[in-house]
Amino acid sequence: MSTDAPEKEEIGIGDYQFGFHDSTDNYEFKSRKGLDREIVGQISEMKNEPAWMRDFRLKSLEIFESRPMPNWGGDMSELDFNDIYYYMKATKGQERSWDDVPDDIRKTYDRLGIPEAEKKFLSGVKAQYDSEVVYGSLKEDLSKDGVLFTDTDSALREHPEIFREYFGTIIPPEDNKFAALNSAVWSGGSFIYVPPGVHIEFPLQAYFRINSQNMGQFERTLIIVDEGASAHYVEGCTAPTYSSDSLHSAVVEIVVKQGGRFRYTTIQNWSNNVYNLVTKRAMAYRDALMEWVDGNLGSRLTMKYPAIYLMEPGARGETLSIAFAGDHQHQDAGAKMVHCAPHTSSRIISKSISKDGGRSSYRGLVKVEDGAHHCKSNVVCDALILDPDSKSDTYPYIEVEEQEVAIEHEASVSKIAEEQLFYLMSRGLSEAEASAMIVTGFIEPLVKELPMEYAVEMNRLIELQMEGSVG
Amino acid sequence: MSSLLKITDLHVSVADTPILKGVNMEIRQGEIHALMGPNGSGKSTLAYALAGHPNYAITGGSIEIDGGNITEMEADERARLGMFLAFQYPVVIPGVKVADFIRHAVSNIRNPDRKEGEGLIGMREFRKEIKARMEELGMDVEFARRYLNDGFSGGEKKRMEILQMAMLQPKFAVLDETDSGLDSDAVRVVSEGLAKLSGPEMGVLIITHHERLLEFNPPQYTHVILGGRIVEIGDAALAHDLHANGYATVRERHPEAAADNAKAEEAAAV
Repeated sequence: MSTDAPEKEEIGIGDYQFGFHDSTDNYEFKSRKGLDREIVGQISEMKNEPAWMRDFRLKSLEIFESRPMPNWGGDMSELDFNDIYYYMKATKGQERSWDDVPDDIRKTYDRLGIPEAEKKFLSGVKAQYDSEVVYGSLKEDLSKDGVLFTDTDSALREHPEIFREYFGTIIPPEDNKFAALNSAVWSGGSFIYVPPGVHIEFPLQAYFRINSQNMGQFERTLIIVDEGASAHYVEGCTAPTYSSDSLHSAVVEIVVKQGGRFRYTTIQNWSNNVYNLVTKRAMAYRDALMEWVDGNLGSRLTMKYPAIYLMEPGARGETLSIAFAGDHQHQDAGAKMVHCAPHTSSRIISKSISKDGGRSSYRGLVKVEDGAHHCKSNVVCDALILDPDSKSDTYPYIEVEEQEVAIEHEASVSKIAEEQLFYLMSRGLSEAEASAMIVTGFIEPLVKELPMEYAVEMNRLIELQMEGSVG
Repeated sequence: MSSLLKITDLHVSVADTPILKGVNMEIRQGEIHALMGPNGSGKSTLAYALAGHPNYAITGGSIEIDGGNITEMEADERARLGMFLAFQYPVVIPGVKVADFIRHAVSNIRNPDRKEGEGLIGMREFRKEIKARMEELGMDVEFARRYLNDGFSGGEKKRMEILQMAMLQPKFAVLDETDSGLDSDAVRVVSEGLAKLSGPEMGVLIITHHERLLEFNPPQYTHVILGGRIVEIGDAALAHDLHANGYATVRERHPEAAADNAKAEEAAAV
């Protein structure tokens, strides 16, 4: 362990749950701080990338530099792009089996419960250690079916045609400043291709974490679900607490082709100094179903609005989003649904909890383009505020260019009702137990959609948080 | 020795308005008491004050169980000592499953020293027990998986209160108009349920406007409350008389309390 060992005091959602981090001396390569053409070129060179990717990165850097910072959302005034390492390589090459993974990295994952998780119900694990995926296993039957599940760097090398066909087409670098940043410096992330008609019954899983001071994490995920295929991808994040600011800016691109079904589940629990600025977008084609299940805990500021573009008739999109904002945290999260074709439908369910002065905002867009008649959209956002210092706000945007559509929007803000607390306490539950039960119940519609292990962890986090706060 | 719930000169205010003005009552385990009174007399206030609702400020007097003063205790501490309130308006807790909630409550009540995060009672034994109680109350076992009172009909909610009472086996149960707003079938189920549960181990205070609940559960004592005071005490015949003839004669006999009650009713109507 190195110098700034974190204190083991009260544990809460706002605080990092695993009070440790590995020595950072084991990096094989570490770029200098800051961002310029030289560093971007160096990243590309270290990875032995083809020229087109190097050019793509450099062009993206220009776009990043030319764009102003967003003037909406959260406060990013203390985010210094020049005080960040944009690339670090932890160990040499890819590890193939768990036994080959270096000891200190294994120790980290042991504490995060990865091997058990795998034993229990996971098929393929892709765990990202800083910028690079160091451990991966994939069940043989997946590869037999022609499923590709690898880290994104390997995909660029090993599956260049399919990679180039889709990469950067769903979220081009021009989309926004942070998508451009990711496009310039991306490293790691997952690549999945599910061939036509293949159904993957168990969730594919990746576990990410940031593990070095000032380490930016810029993973890039690309997933293609071909016609009539189905899959579920699960990603979880935890991060050790560090004293200075840290940036996480990922891009996730997804295509779900005709009749395909795909669910992408994320639970993030960043340490409360992390700026978490993520662009996620999926395109759903004829009769396809795309679902985002998105849980945001921790971080200093999260800005994340998973989007679904409903491209052809019959496409459906659903986003379940939950945000928990604690002390000095701002969760600006929501969803975007863009109806580009007639007879498409979407649903957004957003739940947020604000506590100890935390702020959570729902920001959502439902857009119906000209000609996209007979669309249906249903938006429900509920906010729960646990104390008078905390805050919640809602920014629902609806843009409709078509007459025959059905759009519903419901929003509610509630405080933990005294009557609910009293009712539970009159049955012998302490105030902390009663509060935790009410909060757990509030997010239950989302938690029940999670794989069991995540559901258990989520409920445990809530209980710990509530225990520390009452009394 | 049976336990004793003793209420002495109890004064209770809600939002700084005095509601109860010196209530005295003694309930022993095994006894059934009825509390009757017109609107605004303070019936529900007494129920909430006994259970420990934070908005019902006890400004004077005391509540004791077997000589131990519980006046300052929080609701959960009182529950662990054997106090139970069947709510007039049971509260909806979305997302919380009936079984999870009751298992938690039972664990705390049966092991009053249980700390947060310590183990709950065994799942197997709990399931068996709740299933048996639900069957006795004619409840579909599926209810255990539903969210607490969420989307329940009036009758279902009241039955859920009785189920909780059956599982928690309190020493003292206060039923706050448990029979109100129910059709006659539901009143019968609740009445029979209570009759089965009450016995030498439970002292019961029934707050009611209706005859039915008391028919199945004849009280040894009837207390009449008016203007925040207990003005008369009788037996089951008094309850019957009040049902038949109303409170006019009670008001005549206690003009001062009747005037206070009229004021409280007026204030509630504003």
